[in-house]
Amino acid sequence: MKRNRVTECNDWFLERFPLTKLWNEHMAHYYAPKNFNFWYFFGSLALLVLVNQILTGIFLTMNYKPDAKLAFDSVEYIMRDVNWGWLIRYMHSTGSSAFFIVVYLHMFRGLLYGSFKHPRELVWIFGMLLFVALMAEAFMGYLLPWGQMSYWGAQVIISLFSAIPVIGDDLSLWLRGDYVVSDATLNRFFAFHVIAVPLALVMLVFLHIVALHEVGSNNPDGIEIKDSKDPWGHPVDGIPFHPYYTVKDLVGVGVFMLFFATVIFYIPEMGGYFLEPANFIPADPMKTPEHIAPVWYFTPFYAILRAIPDKFAGVIGMGGAIVVLFLLPWLDRSPVKSIRYRGGIYKKALMLFVISFIALGYLGTQPATPTATIVARFFTAIYFGFFLLMPLYTRWEKTKPVPKRLTTIHSLEEQLPALIEEITQIKQGSTEIGHAAFKSSFFAIRPNPKGIRNLISRLAKNAKGSLD
Amino acid sequence: MKNEGVDQSKRQFLTTALTVVGAVGTGYLAVPFLAQMQPSAKAMAAGAPVEVDISKMEPGQLIRVAWRGKPVWILNRTPQVLETLITLDNELRDPLSLESIQPESSKNSVRSIKPEVFVAVGLCTHLGCSPTFRPEIAPNDLGDKWKGGFFCPCHGSWFDLAGRVYRGVPAPTNLEIPPYRYITETQLIIGEVPEEESV
Repeated sequence: MKRNRVTECNDWFLERFPLTKLWNEHMAHYYAPKNFNFWYFFGSLALLVLVNQILTGIFLTMNYKPDAKLAFDSVEYIMRDVNWGWLIRYMHSTGSSAFFIVVYLHMFRGLLYGSFKHPRELVWIFGMLLFVALMAEAFMGYLLPWGQMSYWGAQVIISLFSAIPVIGDDLSLWLRGDYVVSDATLNRFFAFHVIAVPLALVMLVFLHIVALHEVGSNNPDGIEIKDSKDPWGHPVDGIPFHPYYTVKDLVGVGVFMLFFATVIFYIPEMGGYFLEPANFIPADPMKTPEHIAPVWYFTPFYAILRAIPDKFAGVIGMGGAIVVLFLLPWLDRSPVKSIRYRGGIYKKALMLFVISFIALGYLGTQPATPTATIVARFFTAIYFGFFLLMPLYTRWEKTKPVPKRLTTIHSLEEQLPALIEEITQIKQGSTEIGHAAFKSSFFAIRPNPKGIRNLISRLAKNAKGSLD
Repeated sequence: MKNEGVDQSKRQFLTTALTVVGAVGTGYLAVPFLAQMQPSAKAMAAGAPVEVDISKMEPGQLIRVAWRGKPVWILNRTPQVLETLITLDNELRDPLSLESIQPESSKNSVRSIKPEVFVAVGLCTHLGCSPTFRPEIAPNDLGDKWKGGFFCPCHGSWFDLAGRVYRGVPAPTNLEIPPYRYITETQLIIGEVPEEESV
């Protein structure tokens, strides 16, 4: 190449900073398995939402006042008087719910394909630390608007710490900085929410990705692609992350933004699930709202807390529900990673777990009636059963043999012509009589009942087979 | 690095000593940062006593006042309420308030200085929500066992009209009774104990 000013500048820079090396290591020469599916969108989406939260957060800070007397009004000021303030605030508030949706799906992917198993235990641990930091970030951010739900939510969560024997009361006093949730609490939560926890989040994301790129990504087959390499040392079943997955993720980003924008512009409060009605009333330390519930992403853990009729045991149960997730890599004794090669017990257990998580999430939003409490206890037992019985049922279950190389699934486009042929038949005689327009056209085709019956019975067999 | 002829034990000693001194120094440096999160002198001084006039209270009425930023309830209990309280002992976790927080003058079966005037901190001993005042008997949502009391909407704890907690609910102890005394027959001061007790 002809040397000019631009390439000289470029060389000057590259001699002093390993940009090309970093880019190659983590993008262009980072080989990821070629069979990533739908579930693999959520890691990059989580990163996108984090960026959204940081950017919108910076601009919100410019008009927000972390003072018990001014906070509520300053949020209303952002919503009504600041140019585009409503948009930035809704991007931030919707972003927090989107963050949890994306992260829960990302974690579920881990459960599906055994991404937490050897050698990715540390990736999982860093991810769980991220989850805990994210919960702290969301909880502290929720106090800032200083509405009724902010206030009493913080009161309840800080009181959780007072359940710890001996040091509990002093600890919760230290966290609040006052005898009740007050201006001191608001101000320090602001400091944590905008500086301390975001820094921790960014650092943990860095560690999460470094650890991931060291061991390599898992995939829906749970087969290590590094085990079969071509003569040049690249995994045969791997493709460079850039451009293949950057482009794929861009499609995911596009679809995500479609949903995200729909919520921001049409249903930013999501019927009281993203922004709760009681939070549009300023905090009143004298009166708890009739019905208090945390934001939807905390409700499964909140339901566990409420289900246990003892203060300390309830807090232990709630904390244990999160701690037990950290232990997952060591609770699972199955020799295979992916659900595709696991036995039926794990599939059923995972299904029960998902049902219990959603049911607990629903119960956490509802008032604590005696019936609801009993149902919540039942689902709490299933939640913990999934984890604590895992060492037993994963060892018992019969797994399927795992192939050496990634399996290829025919894409829908490839399967479609065969399917259409099966369920349709050419109308008898239509090619001989009638108008030319009917020939080989839509009208000449009619459904084939036998083919449809075959297809449905095959689908049912597949569905049953995937459960066993 | 050449390690021949090096006195390894001295090197080890220096490394250990430096680590220990550094750790102690870091520990001392952390103290001011951790201590600044404690309640400030101003927050600690803000707990001034509050005077309340109860002369205009009707039987069965509940008023709320703020003391140290917490809600404090003053309830005028009717004779019927006081009769019901005696019958509840078997359903309560701590009917005699042995494990609950109250000043000596309120450590009795109705948990107050004068039986008809009940004073309590209106925060649930479970996780600090403010329970709702539900004096009616056997309402639809709470069922036949409800004899009037305080119901915490957050986690479903039940308290009777003496702030005593029922069995089988998350709250561990009875509602806290703040220190208070009568200045006159109809005037209370919350935040100060009766004179005979403070002596």
